Amino acid sequence: MTVETIGWLAFLLVAGVLATDIWRVAGVFAALRVSEDSEVFKFVRAVATALVAALIARLVFFSPGVLAQAPVLLRAGAFAAGFIVFLGARRSIAAGILAGEAVLLAGLAVLGS
Amino acid sequence: MTGLGGQEGDGAVLSRRAAYWSGLRSAPSTAAFVLICSFLGFGALAHESGVALWPALFMSAFIWALPGQVVLASEIASGAAVWSAAAAVTLTAVRLMPLTVVLMPILRGERTGKAHQVLLAHFCAVTVWVESMRRLPKMPRAERVPYYWGFCTFLITTNLAATFVGHALAARLGVVLSSGLLFLTPIYFLLSMMAASPSRTDRLALAFGFAIGPVVYLYLPGFELILSGLIGGTAAYVLGRVLPVADRGDGR
Repeated sequence: MTVETIGWLAFLLVAGVLATDIWRVAGVFAALRVSEDSEVFKFVRAVATALVAALIARLVFFSPGVLAQAPVLLRAGAFAAGFIVFLGARRSIAAGILAGEAVLLAGLAVLGS
Repeated sequence: MTGLGGQEGDGAVLSRRAAYWSGLRSAPSTAAFVLICSFLGFGALAHESGVALWPALFMSAFIWALPGQVVLASEIASGAAVWSAAAAVTLTAVRLMPLTVVLMPILRGERTGKAHQVLLAHFCAVTVWVESMRRLPKMPRAERVPYYWGFCTFLITTNLAATFVGHALAARLGVVLSSGLLFLTPIYFLLSMMAASPSRTDRLALAFGFAIGPVVYLYLPGFELILSGLIGGTAAYVLGRVLPVADRGDGR
C-alpha cells in the first residue's frame, strides 16, 4: 500500500465509518432502555433532517459535475415536478423520480438540440 | 412484492437457511430498485467529486448510508479537513440512532448477542428500516434475523455493483445521462424522507433546511450543512412544540 492509500483509508475510516457507525452502535445499546419518543431524540432528528434538506437544496441549486451545466430553472423545475407527482401519486417514490427525471431529460434534449 | 413465504401459520417456522433464502428472494422490490438507482447516482457523483473507485466502493460497503456518503464525497471534493468531514457526516448519521433503537427490539432474537446486534445495526439505513418495519413484525421471531441477513445480502451486493457501474459510466455516459444519474440523489432523498418521516416537525425541518441551505452556502461555504441543520432543526423543533396540534393520528 502506498502512503496515499493509507491516508485515504484513515480518512475514510474516521470521517466515514466511525462517524456513521458510532450512532448505530449507540442505538443498539440505547435500544435496551431509551425511548424514541424522548425530547433529545426529537431535537437531534430535526437537526439531522434539516441538514439533509440543506444538502438536497445544494445538490439542486449548486449541482456537482455535469449537472451544473443544466440551467438552474430546469433543475428546480424538474425537482418540483417530481415532488408534485409524488404527492399526487399516493406518495409513490418511483412515480416522483420518473417524473422529475423525465422533465430534466426532456429539457436537456430540447436545449441541446 | 410479497414473497413472504412461510410466515402464515403458527407452527411452521422456517429453518435459518430457509429464512435466509426467503429474505434474499423477496428482496427485489420498488424500494430496492430505487435504492440501486440512487447508488448508481452516488457512483457517478463520487466520480464527479474526484473520488476514485475503491474509496467509493469502500464508502458504500462500510458507511452504507447515502446521505453520509454524499456529504463525505462533497467534503472530499472541497478539500475539507478530516475533523470537518467527520462532523458533517456524523450529523447526517445521528438519525440512524433512533432508527436502530426502534429496529433492534423487533429484529433481535432472544439469544442474539451484542456483537451480532452491532453487525445487524451496521446495515440499518432508511430503506432497510422501512422495509424491515413492514415485513418483520408479521414473521416468527426466529426467522427475522436470518431473513434480514438474506434481505441485506441482496441489497449490499446489488448496490456495490451499482456504485461500480455508476462510477465507471459517469465518464462515458455523456452530459444528458450522467445529469440524469446525478439528479437521482436529491430527488430520491426528498421523496424517501417525505415517505418515511411524516411528522410535522420533520416536514418543518425539511422546509427550513431546504430554504436556509443555499443562503448559508453563499456566505459560509463548507459550514452550510451543519449550520443549516442546527438553525433549521432548532426552529422546526421549537415550532413543532409550540404550535397547536393541527393533525392527529399518523401525522398525515
